[in-house]
Amino acid sequence: MHAPSSGQPAEPLLRTVGLTRHFRVGGIFGKTLHAVDDVDLEVGEAEIVALVGESGSGKSTVARLLARTYPPTRGAIWFAGRDISRLSSRSDLLAYRGQVPMVFQDPFSSLNPVHTIGYVMRRGLRLHRPELSRPEREAAAVEALETVGLVPGRSTMSKYPHELSGGQRQRVGFAQAISWRPRLILADEPVSMLDVSIRIGVLNLMLALRERGISFLYITHDIASARYVADRVVVMYAGHVVEAGPTEEVLHRPVHPYTRLLLSAVPDPRASAEVAVGDPGEPPRVINPGEGCRFRWRCPLAVERCAMVTPRLVPISEGHAAACHVTTAGKALTPEGAFIEGA
Amino acid sequence: MLLEVEDLCVEYLGTRPTRAVDHVSFSLSDGEFLGIVGESGCGKSTLLFGLAQLLSPPAQVTSGTVRFQGQDLLSLDERHLRQIRWRRISVVMQSAMNALNPVKSVGTQFSDAMRAHGERDRTAIRQRSEEVLRLVGIDPAHLHSYPHQLSGGMRQRVMIAMALLFSPELVLMDEPTSALDVVAQRSLMVQTKQLQRALGFAVVFVTHDMSLVSNFSDRLAVMYAGQMVEVGPTAETFAHPLHPYTQGLLEAFPSVHGPRVPLAGIAGAPPDLSQVPPGCPFHPRCPVRIGPVCQTVIPLRHRVGNSDVLCHLYRTESSSVA
Repeated sequence: MHAPSSGQPAEPLLRTVGLTRHFRVGGIFGKTLHAVDDVDLEVGEAEIVALVGESGSGKSTVARLLARTYPPTRGAIWFAGRDISRLSSRSDLLAYRGQVPMVFQDPFSSLNPVHTIGYVMRRGLRLHRPELSRPEREAAAVEALETVGLVPGRSTMSKYPHELSGGQRQRVGFAQAISWRPRLILADEPVSMLDVSIRIGVLNLMLALRERGISFLYITHDIASARYVADRVVVMYAGHVVEAGPTEEVLHRPVHPYTRLLLSAVPDPRASAEVAVGDPGEPPRVINPGEGCRFRWRCPLAVERCAMVTPRLVPISEGHAAACHVTTAGKALTPEGAFIEGA
Repeated sequence: MLLEVEDLCVEYLGTRPTRAVDHVSFSLSDGEFLGIVGESGCGKSTLLFGLAQLLSPPAQVTSGTVRFQGQDLLSLDERHLRQIRWRRISVVMQSAMNALNPVKSVGTQFSDAMRAHGERDRTAIRQRSEEVLRLVGIDPAHLHSYPHQLSGGMRQRVMIAMALLFSPELVLMDEPTSALDVVAQRSLMVQTKQLQRALGFAVVFVTHDMSLVSNFSDRLAVMYAGQMVEVGPTAETFAHPLHPYTQGLLEAFPSVHGPRVPLAGIAGAPPDLSQVPPGCPFHPRCPVRIGPVCQTVIPLRHRVGNSDVLCHLYRTESSSVA
């Protein structure tokens, strides 16, 4: 997000600058897959930011970059005033991952079936909070389990993953993360594998944890659930951020054609029937994409300029920005914004 | 009636016998679109396989009848079933990536299917293959493509094209869109509906996502623990859900429209089908339990308006129909 330069001196908890990750594919021809390109992302204290996009949009790559699963090709990741993209020592990385843990999509394969929940909890605590004594570890584990609603925590500790339901297993993932006293949790599609009747419970848990000061980067393809939990929404398409802003603002006044398309495709029993979407939902092209807007092949509004110049994010209103030559024309908040667009 | 299912039970026999489909009855008219929704493990896919007679051990139909155009499918042997399957009843499977053969081109798989069902004329096979691909909006040039060369949405379209090779009267769909992105999902639903209207086949569409079928199905059936707890016209069920489980499910979907309201979902988790609670299987999670009757007595089917519902709440105001 390009926050307006006026005021707001406070540094956000997490800020990426020009975050880029390319993968080499295609052997001798040396093609490059642009998974993430020039992403500027901010997550504030006790804020839930939803990163929304379809598969292939690069949203999970962003999460993995932030988790330091692999280093960025270019760009910086500032967390609490430090550039963590340069961290290399094991102790620094462990400390960082304790503060920014990840909760995975699949609660069925992310827990080792041969170990009890207690083993999983104790092991994480030994790694990320080595200062704790054995009884302190025990107490921290029980407290974390009870915080996420696995009550009584002590008896949950002796259970094996197969004794828990999907929703309970996903709560173990959150319990493990919060036991490390994190400041930001990277949640990659944490509810998409859960039954609908228990999804809301996990989303409500995220809201409760935010009240305790924990920030979230919530990665999802489900805009409705993003709206339910997120303070701000960042929409990605083919590795670029195409629109970002306060949740209600983006949902009620979507500016980018891709955001509009996504919103029109959301199945909603309370919406009118027979809203036809002409777009067949073809995946984005991200191998050697070259210059230009990456949505132009699917965009109903594309003009000649879209194939020549990559649109930059232009501020439209307080905190709301979009990257589109056509729909942001004449709407830019500041003259500088219009200038950036033309650059 | 195109399809009449009465009192169908399917059990997984073994050390822990599990009844995945529990006395299910419903009927389907020509050209009707029935959505079957339920959470994982509620028996919805088993029911679909039971309809197509595609169950394999240890799953077994233990009681009931499935009549297709008046003919009892359960009494037919393999040879007679082969004449009905694919020609008159076809199935679209959940994961196209697993259902399509990765080492054969789309065209070869189409002609394999047609030859297995008695079509020998190569020109006819080629023409029909091109025709069905055009129906689903794919360039017939893709008959030479292999599954990995197609996007997820295109692969699902190929699966649907394949199901339409013989212009069946009934297409059974098992979560055909669950692996797709929201835009591709919507597009596939719209297209399925258009094809269904144009060609007149009936659809049984199984999904875990109630909102997905909300705009497309004529009637909606809600399954819980192997039972069809509510069946009714889709619009009515969404406007006035009868069963507390249906009410809970509708409350569990955040919306992108309207005010942002806190939602509660449904407490607890769906039951293990080998240990279904006695009485009404939903009673441990039910917010409106009306007394010991829920814990002990299996609810009967009650007719309320145009819907059938399995719940003790409705036993006074209407007569039971089963």
